[in-house]
Amino acid sequence: MNSRFIRQLAILLVALCATLAHAARDINIGLQSAITSMDPHYHNLSPNNSMMQHVFEGLIRRDDNQKLVPALAASWKSVDDLTWEFKLRKNVRFHDGSPFTAEDVVFTLKRVPNVPNSPSSFATFTKPIVDVKIVDSHTIIFKTATPHVLLPSDLASVMIVSKLHGEKAATEDYNSGKACIGTGPYKFAEFVPNQRVVLKANYGYWGGEEPWDKITFKILTNASARVAALLSGDVQLIETVPTSDITKMEKDKNLSVVSKVSNRVIYVHLNQSTEKSPPFIFDKAGKPLDKNPFRDVRVRKALSMAVNRDAIVDRVMEKKAVTAAQLLPDVFYGTSKKLKPTKYDPEGAKKLLAEAGYPNGFAMTLHGPAGRYINDDKVIQALAQFYSRIGIDTKVETFPASVYFNRATNLEFGYMVLGWGTESGEQASAMRSLLATRDPAKGMGVNNRGRYTNPAFDKMLEQALVTMDDKKREALIQQAAETVMGDVGLIPLHYEVSTWAAAKGFKYTPRTDQYTLAVGLKPSK
Amino acid sequence: MTEYIIRRLMQSGLVLVAMSVLVFAGVYAIGNPIELLVNPMADDAERARVIASLGLDKPLWEQYFVFFKGALTGDLGKSFVFNVPAVGLILQKLPATIELAFCAMAIAILFGIPLGLWAGLRPDSIAGKSIMAGSILGFSLPTFWVGLLLIMFFSVQLGWLPSNGRGDTVDVLGLDVSFLTLDGLTHLFMPALNLALFKLSLIIRLTRAGTREALLQDYVKFARAKGLKASRVVGVHVLKNILIPIITVIGLEFGSVIAFAIVTESIFAWPGTGKLLIDSITNLDRPVIVAYLMIIVTLFIFINLVVDILYSVLDPRVRLGQTQGAH
Amino acid sequence: MTVAVQTPFQRIASDFATSKVALVGLAMLAVVMTIALFAPILSPQNPYDLAQIDLMDSKLAPGEKSMGGKSYWLGTDDQGRDMLSGIFYGLRISLGVGVLSTVLALSLGIAFGLAAAWFGGKVDTLIMRVCDIQLSFPAILIALILLAVLGQGVDKIIIALVTVQWAYYARTVRGAALVERSKEYIEAARGLGLSSARILFRHLLPNVLPPLIVVATVQVAHAIALEATLSFLGLGLPITEPSLGLLISNGFQYLMSGKYWISFYPGLALLLTIVAINLVADQLRDVLNPRLQK
Repeated sequence: MNSRFIRQLAILLVALCATLAHAARDINIGLQSAITSMDPHYHNLSPNNSMMQHVFEGLIRRDDNQKLVPALAASWKSVDDLTWEFKLRKNVRFHDGSPFTAEDVVFTLKRVPNVPNSPSSFATFTKPIVDVKIVDSHTIIFKTATPHVLLPSDLASVMIVSKLHGEKAATEDYNSGKACIGTGPYKFAEFVPNQRVVLKANYGYWGGEEPWDKITFKILTNASARVAALLSGDVQLIETVPTSDITKMEKDKNLSVVSKVSNRVIYVHLNQSTEKSPPFIFDKAGKPLDKNPFRDVRVRKALSMAVNRDAIVDRVMEKKAVTAAQLLPDVFYGTSKKLKPTKYDPEGAKKLLAEAGYPNGFAMTLHGPAGRYINDDKVIQALAQFYSRIGIDTKVETFPASVYFNRATNLEFGYMVLGWGTESGEQASAMRSLLATRDPAKGMGVNNRGRYTNPAFDKMLEQALVTMDDKKREALIQQAAETVMGDVGLIPLHYEVSTWAAAKGFKYTPRTDQYTLAVGLKPSK
Repeated sequence: MTEYIIRRLMQSGLVLVAMSVLVFAGVYAIGNPIELLVNPMADDAERARVIASLGLDKPLWEQYFVFFKGALTGDLGKSFVFNVPAVGLILQKLPATIELAFCAMAIAILFGIPLGLWAGLRPDSIAGKSIMAGSILGFSLPTFWVGLLLIMFFSVQLGWLPSNGRGDTVDVLGLDVSFLTLDGLTHLFMPALNLALFKLSLIIRLTRAGTREALLQDYVKFARAKGLKASRVVGVHVLKNILIPIITVIGLEFGSVIAFAIVTESIFAWPGTGKLLIDSITNLDRPVIVAYLMIIVTLFIFINLVVDILYSVLDPRVRLGQTQGAH
Repeated sequence: MTVAVQTPFQRIASDFATSKVALVGLAMLAVVMTIALFAPILSPQNPYDLAQIDLMDSKLAPGEKSMGGKSYWLGTDDQGRDMLSGIFYGLRISLGVGVLSTVLALSLGIAFGLAAAWFGGKVDTLIMRVCDIQLSFPAILIALILLAVLGQGVDKIIIALVTVQWAYYARTVRGAALVERSKEYIEAARGLGLSSARILFRHLLPNVLPPLIVVATVQVAHAIALEATLSFLGLGLPITEPSLGLLISNGFQYLMSGKYWISFYPGLALLLTIVAINLVADQLRDVLNPRLQK
């Protein structure tokens, strides 16, 4: 009787230990933004794209530094200016065991532009491909109408879905999990909008097994709530640690805080669309100016020199930002090492303003979003301080993103603080969107809210965009960047630094694209 | 009575229409959701496609007409963001919020009325004064501040309670409830308390004020003089006298708790409708906002109807549905 | 009963003075009001003048020396604003917003609530259904709409708060008035042939006021807190001219980092203000209540 009891107890203990050991392989991650769908082609939105990396894979993947590395494609090359050949990885299986072939790639390319009600589609990435040819089950050829150097980068944004499950599937079927079947390291388990996403390990993953059995992503929008969840042990990893808490958390032995400069630049567009005073820019008596001061490069330069970027980084961002000189940190492709952040020089700024005909300054309202970028409202207040020092009467108005971006797009502001994350990781695409002379039909200057225009720069950029040779192209992009930054086409302020904090026993590998991926989280021993 | 209720219900139909027009116009005034939905990298063709697919290219009155036609058949539209029916999205989140609201109101009423009575019956005692002073704390500090302090104390410092989420739920009559499981209770406690504090203070103060007044009314004085037991005087005469204002406020507050537990739900990541509403407002997800407010206004109408009926039950002098003007 | 000739004001004053707690409250309120009124004179710095604040002095602890050798009694916030000056100015704005919006909302609410109860019928129905709509409209949505249409500013916040609150009073007044309306004294007043206006304002209103004052004093606090919440959600006042609520919500994120002063002192100031208002209001209510008069 006694021995039986002991035996039972032993079995129970073993079972208990097993569950404990098992539980240790289940982790919770606190995310900042909601995931709107589990359909990888429904909504081109960073939080979604980040989540999709777990379940699905593209032909090409971006590594921690946004370098392109092989994923479902083992290799690729450009055959000529208009032709690309991709060799697909063999022996890859979807979560249901069905094999991955070229058919799935073709199906995916067909599905991408045709997702009903998609609020932001991925068609931008597949549009350049005009023809697809299957050579054999694992070789595929893409044709483009014009030379398209960014094709591999574009394809890295397109997740490959299974033809077998995707053919009749709608977005709802991906949300319910029925069609949410990919080749990635984790499998779909549950999706509750605005609340959580649960994934389970894919033990048959071609890239090797991951250390976690089950991951629960919790949506914790409020920054303090996210920190509290980590400190109380409810989650093991959080993203976007509020800068106010970083100093203290870095000293905490029970936490590991990691950070990395991101691909997002915070910058200022100066509205140059009007002949006369742009909106919210007046003389000191409140009357409109008879010419647009922002069309004068001396004024633009002065407004850049008046900004103490080091103080912003040091005081407002708690050192979790890097002063900016162009649109991407200079570790990225197409950036120029010659460009350095504009030096803080209020006296020089005053002199330039006087030269431009504004010895007593003017009056200006700074506009920006509240809560869209890290500490955005604080950055804007700091800017206001700097400008009031060089004799400009400064006011500040901030709006929630829902109000701000509409009005900024409609050019209702004069001085606009904005941000831009370059997902492709190369500077040409950022310059094309933010600084090229606006020409929507050609996709140039789509987000050029300053309406800056510089024909010499446009020419350099256009040439760079059709140069296939990587080295030559990079030189052209750099030259264009130096030209446009010298002319202060916009005022770069700083690059955001993304931060993550993990509980004791875990280590996260930070990324430049601000994605939070479970594959980057490992046990620290 | 029946006629009165029918008339109220007919009025409610008009209220619903007025509400939907207001919300449509209001959200339109805030801005175009397209900026928030479309990836900034998209070109103008892509933006045009999305605008057309969401029907935003039509004039506002036409968009409203489409909505109205759908609403008559019970279809309040699909979320711009999630591409699922807005009503379904809301109903999925509603049980959590209703549960939170009930618990918060229960805390407020169960503690508020006795404490208020005590303070009203013994206004000059130390206990009475402390209750009143304490109640000031309940509404002078912003909810988000108190919420975070609760988390810092109970979750981070003591490690007793989980800081976010809802915990295990059990199915009761088709509704998920969490107050029947221990895990659920631990999750429920802090948000419910956070939400209850303001209501608790309000009820304490209203009860106290009502009690003090009732004690001076002739019939209470008379009842006391007659030598009725104190408990009976309080239980029957005083309570009855103070219930009307309290019920009005409870009705109002219950509605507002269900509708707008936004801050509490965000801080505690409680998966309810308040969180959904604030997210929908920040994303300008109009179908969800409209559908949600339609549901809420229906709820308010219902609560107000119940409150009005309670008036007449509690105080026969209040007649329902007087149609004639001043006598 | 001695027949002392007292003016009503003297009577109120002497009744008020019976409570020591209320006197303390009155003294606190006087201090708070003085600070609010004379903030520009009392403050060491104009916290709304961007040229006077320096980012390099940001987040100094109370008493810590700044780069320029100055020290700040209550420290500085994340922009380098002197907390003490910020609190003085913030108090001014918060009190202004809280009191003004409550008074406006209360007046509107009383007017509509009394009208609904007195006239009954269609008027009542119309007003109450408008209330239904109003009460279901979230403050956040109203604030966001006003912000988008009118821009940022103190006046817009007051409009938003009034819009949110008036219906609340209207319903409370109507509830109380319905009860009063059918009591004997009103019937008697009617019997005497007094005018509607006279009955409404001289007889009905004083008797529905007590529960209303309770709600109103609580609501002044609530309005201030609501303004703080709107600021917390990014829909409040201009960030360069912070109210107490905005100071609290700005400092909120520093609570866990040990820089307690950015949020704690404004919170304390808010608490003291609201306690003072309520101590005074509690006593005033008892003194003014026609039925509690001895």
